[in-house]
Amino acid sequence: MSFLSMPDPFAARRLFLGRTGGVLSGAAVALLAGNHRLAAAADAPTAGDAQILNTALGAELEAIAAYQVGAESKLLQKPALDLALAFQGHHKEHADLLAKTIEKLGGKPVAAKTKYDFPVAQLKSQADVLRFAAKLEQGAVSAYLGAVPLFGNRDLAKAAASILGDEAMHWAVLRQALGETPVPSAFVA
Amino acid sequence: MRLAAAVAALAALLPAATLPAAAAPDPARGEQIYGRCLACHDLARDRVGPRHCGLFGRRAGSVPGFVYSPAMKSSGIVWNAATLDRFLAAPMKAMPGTAMTYDGIPDPTERADLIAWLEQAGRSAECRAVAR
Repeated sequence: MSFLSMPDPFAARRLFLGRTGGVLSGAAVALLAGNHRLAAAADAPTAGDAQILNTALGAELEAIAAYQVGAESKLLQKPALDLALAFQGHHKEHADLLAKTIEKLGGKPVAAKTKYDFPVAQLKSQADVLRFAAKLEQGAVSAYLGAVPLFGNRDLAKAAASILGDEAMHWAVLRQALGETPVPSAFVA
Repeated sequence: MRLAAAVAALAALLPAATLPAAAAPDPARGEQIYGRCLACHDLARDRVGPRHCGLFGRRAGSVPGFVYSPAMKSSGIVWNAATLDRFLAAPMKAMPGTAMTYDGIPDPTERADLIAWLEQAGRSAECRAVAR
């Protein structure tokens, strides 16, 4: 059943979070357990890990801003608007977790840019906005996939993989909303 | 002596005769591969990563106003097919300290396709508009 065909996307999101919250919490707890636990691990995080998280944080902050542009464009009608806001909420949760983790690793989280350069002139319909969001989500899947093997710490890799799964679901739902094959292949790259 | 020359000439021909010619890079496939870059990059706009219009021949770390890692800024690299190929294979190994925290594109054919598309896209109307 598509999110778009559900009467209340927020209810769908609550349902989703209710089913998966345990898994995500596990990863989050591992992330947020603090320097002592992480430092004690055999695969203690490195400065490289904090840099990977910071690059991811920059992309998450941009995604939050992009969904805001979509939400304020007046081009999205319900239930697509609710969907965009739900996905933006996920990105906010990712960004919050990443920022806290970077701080715990002794790094300085990047801040959101004061201004983002989005192709707003090219967004003339709901489909344009959804296609724009889908491209960002597709890129995010690839970015996390390209980051997971780089982590020195396996808990961080696991948490990044958890976010990857969420981004992949966003991408699939957006493709479905656009009338495209939601899952175009057996693997992502 | 003439026989030796003939053998040498045949030997020179042998690889071409027995191995299939390497396929030319395919920009259309490269455009598909560029989808992996879209979390951070755009042709005409600076995002988490810098714009790609004007990439070929550009000194790494030199897009005005874009905040680069010190590693990128001081790399001394000028982007061309060869330097891109080396970097994209494993960015963090090629340039420790880069903010492009991406595992890379290990397949040389995929890299060649992507680089061919980046070069082609650099000549597009979108990029010509950025250059103006």
